Amino acid sequence: MSMEIPYTVEARPDTGLTNGKLGIWLFLASEVMLFGALFASYVMLRVGNEHWPAGATYLNIPLATLNTVILISSSVTMVLAWASIAKHDFKKFRLFMGITILCGFGFLTVKYFEYSAKFHHELFPSTNTFLAIYFTLTGLHGLHVIGGMAVNSYLWGPGSKLYKTDPVHFTNRVENSGLFWHLVDLVWIFLFPILYLL
Amino acid sequence: MAQTTVAHGAAPAHEGHHEELGFWRKYVFSVDHKVIGIQYAVTGLVFLLFGFTLMMLMRWQLAYPGQVLPLIGALLGESRTPGGVMLPEFYNELGAMHGTIMVFLGVVPLAVGGFGNFVLPLQIGAPDMAFPRINMASYWSYFVGGCVMLASFFVPGGAAQSGWTSYAPLSDIASSGQTWWLFGMVFLITSSLLGSLNFIVTTIQLRAPGLTFWRLPFFVWAQFVTAFLLLLAFPPLEGAAFLQLMDRLAHTSFFLPSGLVVSGQALQVSGGGNPLLWQHLFWFLAHPEVYVLILPAMGIVAEVVANNTRKPLWGYRSMVYSLIFLGFMSFVVWAHHMFITGMGTTMAAFFQTTTMIISIPSVVILSSLFISLYGGSIRFTTPMLFALGFLPMFGIGGLTGLPLGLTASDIHLHDTYYVIGHFHYVVAPGTIFGLFAGIYYWFPKATGRMMNETLGRIHFWGSFVFMNVIFMPMFIMGLAGVSRRLYDGGASYAHAQGVLQWNVVSSWGAWSLALFQLPFIFNFFWSIWRGRKVDDNPWHATTIEWAAPSPPPHGNFASQPQAHRGPYDYSVPGAARDYSPQWEGVGA
Amino acid sequence: MSDSHDAHKPAAAHAGHSAEEVDHHVRAAYYVFGSLLVLTGFTVGAYFLHLPKHLAIALALLIAATKGSLVAAWFMHLVSERKLILWMLVLTATLFIPLLLLPVLTVADHIKLR
Repeated sequence: MSMEIPYTVEARPDTGLTNGKLGIWLFLASEVMLFGALFASYVMLRVGNEHWPAGATYLNIPLATLNTVILISSSVTMVLAWASIAKHDFKKFRLFMGITILCGFGFLTVKYFEYSAKFHHELFPSTNTFLAIYFTLTGLHGLHVIGGMAVNSYLWGPGSKLYKTDPVHFTNRVENSGLFWHLVDLVWIFLFPILYLL
Repeated sequence: MAQTTVAHGAAPAHEGHHEELGFWRKYVFSVDHKVIGIQYAVTGLVFLLFGFTLMMLMRWQLAYPGQVLPLIGALLGESRTPGGVMLPEFYNELGAMHGTIMVFLGVVPLAVGGFGNFVLPLQIGAPDMAFPRINMASYWSYFVGGCVMLASFFVPGGAAQSGWTSYAPLSDIASSGQTWWLFGMVFLITSSLLGSLNFIVTTIQLRAPGLTFWRLPFFVWAQFVTAFLLLLAFPPLEGAAFLQLMDRLAHTSFFLPSGLVVSGQALQVSGGGNPLLWQHLFWFLAHPEVYVLILPAMGIVAEVVANNTRKPLWGYRSMVYSLIFLGFMSFVVWAHHMFITGMGTTMAAFFQTTTMIISIPSVVILSSLFISLYGGSIRFTTPMLFALGFLPMFGIGGLTGLPLGLTASDIHLHDTYYVIGHFHYVVAPGTIFGLFAGIYYWFPKATGRMMNETLGRIHFWGSFVFMNVIFMPMFIMGLAGVSRRLYDGGASYAHAQGVLQWNVVSSWGAWSLALFQLPFIFNFFWSIWRGRKVDDNPWHATTIEWAAPSPPPHGNFASQPQAHRGPYDYSVPGAARDYSPQWEGVGA
Repeated sequence: MSDSHDAHKPAAAHAGHSAEEVDHHVRAAYYVFGSLLVLTGFTVGAYFLHLPKHLAIALALLIAATKGSLVAAWFMHLVSERKLILWMLVLTATLFIPLLLLPVLTVADHIKLR
């Protein structure tokens, strides 16, 4: 690129924001509307169905509680990863970002066990509307976990080269990726009680 | 005068420190907003032409139901036109895809992707969009979505045929073309989300020094509000598309009620779903979408009107406030498309009220544009002809929306030709006229040459006359109770017999309209190479894009422009010329 | 809303954050972590209370909203974020609510034939 786009690394004075920070928040706003539509679907379907099974009928609460703790912990390690790189501690950044990614693997592993148990018991999305919305909501959330892990892995691996040439830019990227990861955690915070406990 | 250097052709004014890009990186996979804007615009125009062609086929069937389609009927094959006569299923494909293509592949990519991308960074004095690579990704996502949509015509069962609205349960059980439609929509929605994000960040972050929000051209405001509509309204449709894909591929029943019987057989699904859920999620997007269709055109018309009246826009601030209010209200009116679905009087009253309220900002904007003409030194250039044509046509479109927004009259008019007349007035001699105005207006900036005025006038008058010929009779047909989406145009209904001749009128209007697009198509391409060469600011305009060379090089401006005044300082008392450009220093 | 990003600080040096600010964020994150674990306990505990349906829903949503607010405020730095971002989120929330409520209200307000 022959020209520099301003405010990619340093904040614009009057808005106090970098382009990336503003951009990621706008993207998160759109994600809120996406999950909002699915939550609205859940509400409309549930109200429209006289017989709605309790979550515990089909779902494993202890496993989901474990997953909740895993995601919350990964959010903390994400903050620590950002804090480390903001204080120029690359090794600690690698450590905490690595743990965050591993937590993501942990979450997906638990989900894998949950899903295979359902399929083993012949419980599919087509079985009833409750399972349909359960698989769809958790499936879409799972895709977002994978997406977040992919970005985090890039920042842990090949993307970390940017730290040597432009540490501030790299730190901003870590922070913005963190914002996405926290949203993934936030969505699960609502999904867990709504699907499993109500 | 302008402090930028004049540089024609593709040679960049400043190479800076980058290597010369190869053909593919420069013209195909470019990250330059101008290249991407032209890609969007040309692709959008091609899709508009294709969508129009689909309609011209439909119009034969509507005017002469059951008769052999001349020439083309023999070519489309037994699955579409056996013996040369259009099958109802094929008519439905044409209908669904005409709507989808015009809205999602034609108008919005041209209005937002084309004009927004090309003009917005220039008008705010920026070197490019905030995220050039995301910009490129958004174009290619659109392109892939478009290919998927076109490919769907060739799958067994044909393209989607459940209306552009894809209502469940019909769409849930339709042939595989509907699955292609859903995947196509996912690509298109992704493109929109990436683009809208870029527009918002660019407008907030990359404005030139001195360019406060209240000094922004109305076009920029219009694109800015439009971007918010796209960002926040599209995700629910994406969600709905996932749900419908689940219904079709994983055999869920999100939109399938219990006990559904199809062709005498009970459907083997779990049931428990709600077809109205689809309608809510669809219209949550599709209503703001219609404002996405009109707002950029209003933005263009505002620019052209100010420039060709040689005076500032009347009521600029009110227009901006109206834009913002309109954008917000557009999210809470959607169920006026659903008045007939059995909702109770409380909810119907709620949506009727919000719908009546939303007409107010539209009226403010239209009235301000009309009043802006008063006392102006009007130049009847081709862009101005289209802008002037837009005003009363959008007026008709808007006014005919009122009986649709009022529940009592909507009971009679819903799903009739009246609706088709209403929205086509807004989009065809409305938005599309605005887009034509923009093409004639900004062509010299993109190419350094003018389009031919005589051909432009022929294009305008022919389009103006024949768009009215096509769509005005539809109000008559609708008031007579003729339903839309009937493949014989109402011929088998007793109540339609008295108005069927209007189908013939509309059809001949459509084919004549097509003829009058030929001068435009010829003019567009001919002028790229042979148009009259002009300098950087042939229209003597005040907004910052006219400070850049024509065409602008990579990076746009030789040096960072600054804004020293508002966007429409025309005929300032005491000034040497009848225009004081935004980028010129005070006292220059 | 106080703004901890002082425009006079050498902005580029630490992405707008001094070492003390970062440490402050980290401390807050630990407190939030603890609170979230406790609240998760409440979430599950509330389930075992077997409350009547509407009460159960209200309580579950209240606890979830509290947890979500903590994540948003401290993990996502919203307590010290610029007003522009906050207003955009308010706009999103304002549109989120009709999306959630109006469809189900039209179901509830359905015309009755009998």
